[in-house]
Amino acid sequence: MSMARDITARAHPLWLAYILHRLSGLGLALFLPFHFWILSLALTSPDRLDGFLAFAEIGIVKLAEFGLVFLLAVHMFGGLRLMAMEWLPWTPPQKTLAAGAVAVSFLVATLFLMQAV
Amino acid sequence: MPSDRLQVTIQRAPGAQTEFDVPAYDNQTVLDVVSWVQQNADPTLSYRFACRVGMCGSCAMMVNGVPRWTCRTHISKVTDAGRVTIGPLRNLPVIKDLAVDMDPFFDKWVAAEGVHHGGLTRDDPIAPVDEASAARVEANAGIECINCSVCYAACDTVAGNADYLGPAALQRAWTLLNDAKDEGRAAILDAVSGSGGCHNCHSMGSCTAYCPNDLDPMSAIAGLKRETARSFFRKGR
Repeated sequence: MSMARDITARAHPLWLAYILHRLSGLGLALFLPFHFWILSLALTSPDRLDGFLAFAEIGIVKLAEFGLVFLLAVHMFGGLRLMAMEWLPWTPPQKTLAAGAVAVSFLVATLFLMQAV
Repeated sequence: MPSDRLQVTIQRAPGAQTEFDVPAYDNQTVLDVVSWVQQNADPTLSYRFACRVGMCGSCAMMVNGVPRWTCRTHISKVTDAGRVTIGPLRNLPVIKDLAVDMDPFFDKWVAAEGVHHGGLTRDDPIAPVDEASAARVEANAGIECINCSVCYAACDTVAGNADYLGPAALQRAWTLLNDAKDEGRAAILDAVSGSGGCHNCHSMGSCTAYCPNDLDPMSAIAGLKRETARSFFRKGR
């Protein structure tokens, strides 16, 4: 009951954007050392890297990579949102237009990339 | 089907709560419900109000976990199947029942230099105020604050940092910074850039979401962040 009330008071877009930014940042902070360690295997132990790359071909691992890309995307756009909100004295309609423009350009860029691969 | 009774849970001492059966009326605010309980069911119930019309900012309470001005909140907007929970404002020490100690809130108002910094005497001509100037528009956006402390209770940064000045005090600092009649620019920027200052704000936006007067303290604090940063890079100018 108390838990439900605590969530009620925070169920608005800006607070949810805040917590999403924090959690995605934490997730990335945990992921990055592991990421760099795997990359370092290319120099220190190519065999183990090949083993890991074969492991990364498994469906469930591929699926987990979508999660990583999601974390990166929300953290990047969340950061841009925060910087625009705090450092640019724009009006709310201007911010909505800017967010829309970023979303459309990201969509177009992704479509081009999908066609290229 | 609307019931003609309300089940009202009022949080008393920490952890303790009392449930009351209150008659429902067509036009009834949350404050009316609390007053009915105090006048008809439990005269020991302590709460605070004054004007009952949304001017004085005395009657804010947590209603179903959300900070609200109770005199302007219709009970039908907040009941769930005829039930409602009312508690004291968050982030402030409870004196008794629904009455909180507002001292930390007002102390921080002063600590943020939320006071007039005059530069003229009574013999000087009155300084002109250009209503259309950008600074005056910024100041006007925040001056209708009624000191109800709803934003202070809504803010998770206040909950996590006892030194944080909070949305209302920082918004007042922002309005004074933009006020052509206020000469306290250096003092204000110094006060709001300290350890409890504007840079603690995480832009969660609960202050703006719950302000009963539709003010936007979050954007005012963002203005202070820009202005303190500009002052830092220009070495105080």
